[in-house]
Amino acid sequence: MVSNSIRFIFENKIKEIKNPDPNETILNHIRLELKKTGTKEGCAEGGCGACTVVVGELKKDKIIYKAINSCIAFTTSLEGKHLLVVEDLTQKNGSLHPVQSAMINFHGSQCGFCTPGFIMSLFSMYKNKTSYDKKTIEESISGNLCRCTGYNMIVKAVQRAAKEGEGLW
Amino acid sequence: MVKHFIPSSLEEALKILHDHKVEIIAGGTDLMVQRRKWANTIPKFEQTMNIMHLSELSFIEAKNNKLHIGATTSLTDILEHKETPELLKKTIEDIASPALRNIATIAGNIGNASPAGDTLPILYVLNAKVVLQSMESKRTVPIDEVITGPRRTIIQADELIKEIIIPLEEFTSTTFVKVGGRKADAISKLSFAGAVSVEDNTIVDIRIAFGAVGPVVIRNKEIENTMIDMTADQINDKLDIILDAYSEIITPIDDQRSNKEYRKHVALNLLMDFLLDI
Repeated sequence: MVSNSIRFIFENKIKEIKNPDPNETILNHIRLELKKTGTKEGCAEGGCGACTVVVGELKKDKIIYKAINSCIAFTTSLEGKHLLVVEDLTQKNGSLHPVQSAMINFHGSQCGFCTPGFIMSLFSMYKNKTSYDKKTIEESISGNLCRCTGYNMIVKAVQRAAKEGEGLW
Repeated sequence: MVKHFIPSSLEEALKILHDHKVEIIAGGTDLMVQRRKWANTIPKFEQTMNIMHLSELSFIEAKNNKLHIGATTSLTDILEHKETPELLKKTIEDIASPALRNIATIAGNIGNASPAGDTLPILYVLNAKVVLQSMESKRTVPIDEVITGPRRTIIQADELIKEIIIPLEEFTSTTFVKVGGRKADAISKLSFAGAVSVEDNTIVDIRIAFGAVGPVVIRNKEIENTMIDMTADQINDKLDIILDAYSEIITPIDDQRSNKEYRKHVALNLLMDFLLDI
């Protein structure tokens, strides 16, 4: 009844955590154990989106990918799921994901602290939507705060990425 | 020693509740924030039970003109369901970013019983009922009887919220307004929900609820009943009397998000807007 280990998919491998700390957050696990520091901690209460990651879950023979705030989710909730962090979007040859390239080209990233969270929210949008109009984009990033860009450049970057990255996303 | 239970079925979850004193965690979006003080600190929990993965509690379906929402059904799943009342859909779109919607639950709003819980005024307006289950018993209680004060409910230590039942009714118009620092993810300064049905120019049903302006959601059926059978013109004539009646029962507090004068003023303005729009 009391679970002693949890298993989830990370970097296409099954990861097992024995005797998981029930209080540990997914964010702390990603940064301190998996040593992936692309995912940031901002407000620590699910309000700023800097910690956004994407979790895949099997539902009726289909994997549903959803953005979540990793700072307010327990590592133990990853049981049986697929964890995707910003580092996973880079292709094997080192090239960037279309939405990452567009963010650079359209100055959608300035200080950069919020950028990984935006990228993951947008990646989740791509996984769940079929068209990307301005309203869809704005809603998708409604949980992400950026204090540098004023958001316009980010929305423009995504619109361009949606256009140019067709089939690549 | 921290104990963490991960039951594999609803039955097991109820047994754990029966045998141990545990805190139930579904999405955890509210509890995690309550327990965490600062970045990089670990939330403080003892004896918790996670139920978010229990598929028996994750469902949403309409039966006999009632919508049944399982305790661990995420706001995303509720938003995407075709039978979900428009008022509830609009509310979910207004109160949470996709990342929060993906793990937040309505049952969590009820269990936490925060006066600022954003889905609560909607549940009051829609006459929702809450199914509470323990090993020995199951009871269905109207939402306004479940919540008794700020963070206080009638839910017993061995009970969990199994589902929420919302009657599916048609209204002439509905409204939800959240007043907060930001649309997504900010905790409300106050909120307002209203639903009205008009036939032959007279009001046949009117329901009004306020969030975060009192210890619990404010809904007063006596005042609502005084408006039944009125026409829009009569509402206009009686506006001051109605506003005065609500002014008596709206009792907000000062806190870091807002103050009582602002809350009351805005709450009454939102009410006035709603009544003048009928």
